[in-house]
Amino acid sequence: MSLIDVLARMEAVAAGRATPLATVRHRHLAARPLVFVPLTTAGETGAPLGALVGTDREKPLLLTVPQPRDRDLRFAFFAELADAVLPYVDSFADDVEPAERKETDPETGKRVTVETELCAEAPQMLVPSAAGVEFVRLLGRSMRFRRTAEQDPDTPYPAPPRVPLLGRWLTHLGERARVPGSSLLLPMTGLLSRHWATGQSSAEDQHLGALLAWIDPPEGESGQDAALRAETARDAAGQLRCPPAGPATDPAFDNGLLAPAIARYDAGLPGAREEFDALVAGVLRPTWDAVWRAVDLLRALPEGSRVPDRWRRDRWSYTAHRDRVRAGEPPQPRLDDAVTAAQKLASRETAQAQLDAQEALDDPLVMAGRRLTGEAMEGEVTEVEMAMSEGKRPMPRPLVTLRTGDRPQLEERAKLYRPLDGGRTQTAEFVAYVPEQPGTLVVRLTGGMGRGKTPEPGSVPAKGDRVCWTLFEHAPRGGPELPAPEDTPWTHGGPPPGSGAGGAAPAQTALPAPAPLPDPDPVTAEDFL
Amino acid sequence: MSPGIPAPDRTAFDPGAAATAATEAILRDTLHGDRRGVVVDSPPGAGKSTLVVRAARELAAAGRPLMIVAQTNAQVDDLVLRLAEKDPELPVGRLHSSEPGAYDPALEEVPSVRTAAKVADLKGLPIVVATAAKWAYTKVDEPWPHAIVDEAYQMRSDALLTVAGLFERALFVGDPGQLDPFSVVGADQWAGLSYDPSASAVSTLLAHNPDLPQHRLPVSWRLPASAAPLVSHAFYPYTPFRSGTGYGDRRLTLGVPSDGSAVDRVVDEAAETGWGLLELPDRRTPRTDPEAVHAVALVVRRLLDRGGATVSERGPDPAPLTADRIAVGTAHRDQAAAVRAALAGLGVTGVAVDTANRLQGREFDVTVVLHPLSGRPDATAFHLETGRLCVLASRHRHACIVVCREGVAQLLDEHPSTEPVQLGVTVKFPDGWEANHAVLAHLAEHRVPWRP
Repeated sequence: MSLIDVLARMEAVAAGRATPLATVRHRHLAARPLVFVPLTTAGETGAPLGALVGTDREKPLLLTVPQPRDRDLRFAFFAELADAVLPYVDSFADDVEPAERKETDPETGKRVTVETELCAEAPQMLVPSAAGVEFVRLLGRSMRFRRTAEQDPDTPYPAPPRVPLLGRWLTHLGERARVPGSSLLLPMTGLLSRHWATGQSSAEDQHLGALLAWIDPPEGESGQDAALRAETARDAAGQLRCPPAGPATDPAFDNGLLAPAIARYDAGLPGAREEFDALVAGVLRPTWDAVWRAVDLLRALPEGSRVPDRWRRDRWSYTAHRDRVRAGEPPQPRLDDAVTAAQKLASRETAQAQLDAQEALDDPLVMAGRRLTGEAMEGEVTEVEMAMSEGKRPMPRPLVTLRTGDRPQLEERAKLYRPLDGGRTQTAEFVAYVPEQPGTLVVRLTGGMGRGKTPEPGSVPAKGDRVCWTLFEHAPRGGPELPAPEDTPWTHGGPPPGSGAGGAAPAQTALPAPAPLPDPDPVTAEDFL
Repeated sequence: MSPGIPAPDRTAFDPGAAATAATEAILRDTLHGDRRGVVVDSPPGAGKSTLVVRAARELAAAGRPLMIVAQTNAQVDDLVLRLAEKDPELPVGRLHSSEPGAYDPALEEVPSVRTAAKVADLKGLPIVVATAAKWAYTKVDEPWPHAIVDEAYQMRSDALLTVAGLFERALFVGDPGQLDPFSVVGADQWAGLSYDPSASAVSTLLAHNPDLPQHRLPVSWRLPASAAPLVSHAFYPYTPFRSGTGYGDRRLTLGVPSDGSAVDRVVDEAAETGWGLLELPDRRTPRTDPEAVHAVALVVRRLLDRGGATVSERGPDPAPLTADRIAVGTAHRDQAAAVRAALAGLGVTGVAVDTANRLQGREFDVTVVLHPLSGRPDATAFHLETGRLCVLASRHRHACIVVCREGVAQLLDEHPSTEPVQLGVTVKFPDGWEANHAVLAHLAEHRVPWRP
């Protein structure tokens, strides 16, 4: 946790309510998000108990599994979920705008620009907590490899139509959620704790009820008391007044209410299904309402100016997966191959660096945190001296003297960046501290002044201006290109099976072939017990 | 590689002979082996750079064009200069990025070195050296017959993936005890995969090629006899190494007698025994603990003021202990910045002050270390990382002085390692917890308490 976050938490404790960590909203909030509040069964992985899902806060769709261990009921639930989610996901598929994309030409190997289309909007799924994101991934994993009778008439237990497709979309959302700054699938607790610091630990912030109690406590009550009440208050029957946001349920609920309700359903008692539905709806509804309350709180914040830029990448991601589905490609593999894993890691690291830079540029409060850690400096220009570079074509390299109260961690010739109007960035380098004047330093501008011998108007700060330089890049670039999967080198096990290259001839026959990997999990007799 | 003066009481172990035998075996496998790779583990100061230079020259002499992959520009420049120094006739290419100041200007002065931003401009040279990041952007029609990958344990698996297509076979050299590579984003989803992109290049390489010959350099020429046993025991328990010099081969003397202060006493203790622990009272502090930072600066000041001189196997005459032979190591960059400011306040210049990450691969006579756990309320995985402490405790040729607040042992006991065990991931021994305790137990014997 950074120093400024610690300070915000201490202020929250002192004030009895959450402290803002941001002055703008740093994630995209769709106009029509799909809220998904799932519950799972204790002791059985990936067995949903029920869910509320929908885009209308007044009319959530309730789906339940009255006997969570019954696979037929489970897949009936998945089929209903697919009917609720897929039309929403598909509703953005056909509203497109023209766009350009860089591609590597397979013949020349050069980067070329191709005309393509980009979906104008994309789906956004909101779940209550980080565990909910994990559950979406798990559901995707459990569905995407299933076969329907239509796909394979001989499959022994065919899945209902569209269930594998839902699995592929949930998997896509779950993978995309791992990209820093992405907004296709967001946990509400994560979204809230990005924008507010509470007086409790970050583990406690995973409780949506307690988090909201800190951010928006009831009139006349401190956030601390309200959060404690949200976490622990129980009614006369011993049930939590604010049920956990899931997908896990409270043990007292499991033992006292759920088990008897399942038993009544199993016994075939009349009305048992309706009772079960009402019971599950009762524990889901508070969380459903809490998610929408959180949406309201977040909508009250103005959107950061670079958020649409990141949302555009989410739209690309959605468009690309739409294309893969339309092209009839197989579902995402169980494990990434070496090249895909490296590719994902590299793109996420780039996304993280871009997110950190963009949040700071969008929000003075975030920038204050970076200034506090010595990664940026703000101050007043006290002098501007015109200078030219040496060489055949001398270019303007003005020297700017800055007085700042910040303590940037500047090394010799450290690179500096400053946002200019129009989204451009001006580069500069640190020259030296001014002797005998603490907090005063000289910076040489090295770019962003046009191609002429005199800098473009407005590109050089004037005496008295307040400017902010960062030590981090504003638009960090991605890493180098990786080899194609069929060119995976010997150090990484060679090409993966089925990548098209098969056992491509090694460069030199004298070299021994790399050791083959053992078969993944061979089928044994026990598999059929 | 000079073996130094063999100590009389070490007749059973001849460090020079042991190191030579290991080097010969490595070169045999590299030049004449039938495997695509050779892996060499090298403990701190075991002559890794010397080995790389020698292997490079022998490969060049055998007419095998060679590319060398290092991790940082400083390492590349250092290697190029060493190659030129050893063999001024051998042409060496330095491939660099097109940014200004991408390489050490000293390279311009060396006639045998050619620098270029494009690999085509270095065509035909027997040796081309660049960082992994630069190689990753390089495209070639014909792969190099041979490569040397330096600091391979600090290279990430995905970085190796981008460059491995450039060569047919390679010698991988590195120190398994130093800091592991890391990622700023979570990579748990690939934990346990043989090609986990966030793992080290060597772990991926060996997972896919388990039969590659693996060698180990058995002698640390840097660490003194007082330090090698502790570092070997605490950080390399299953692959022990020895120091190349014996007790008494190295001496640190001080011209000015002690003024009796705690700082002077800890300096004396370190000069005498090779280790010193200046212990401040137990207290929870911010990262840039002003008292501890001041203590670090004061120790450096006194080391310089008291006219230190070092005697070693390198020559009969004492060499003065100057600022450039002293380093200060910290865990965080803001701590390093605070120490720099404190040193400037005491009028000290020229002392290297940096984090463990940046001190990797460097060597000094005396190091002063701000303990990573000093004054902390908790012991996180970052602060417990074995490699961090190992780097900080193994940069010195003569003595290491640790500045720390009391209570680290209790802190460790309150924070046992709780990292989840991932299936398929080789558990690293020793873990940071264990290594920290081993070092603390040793330092306790050289403790000087200080009440500022």
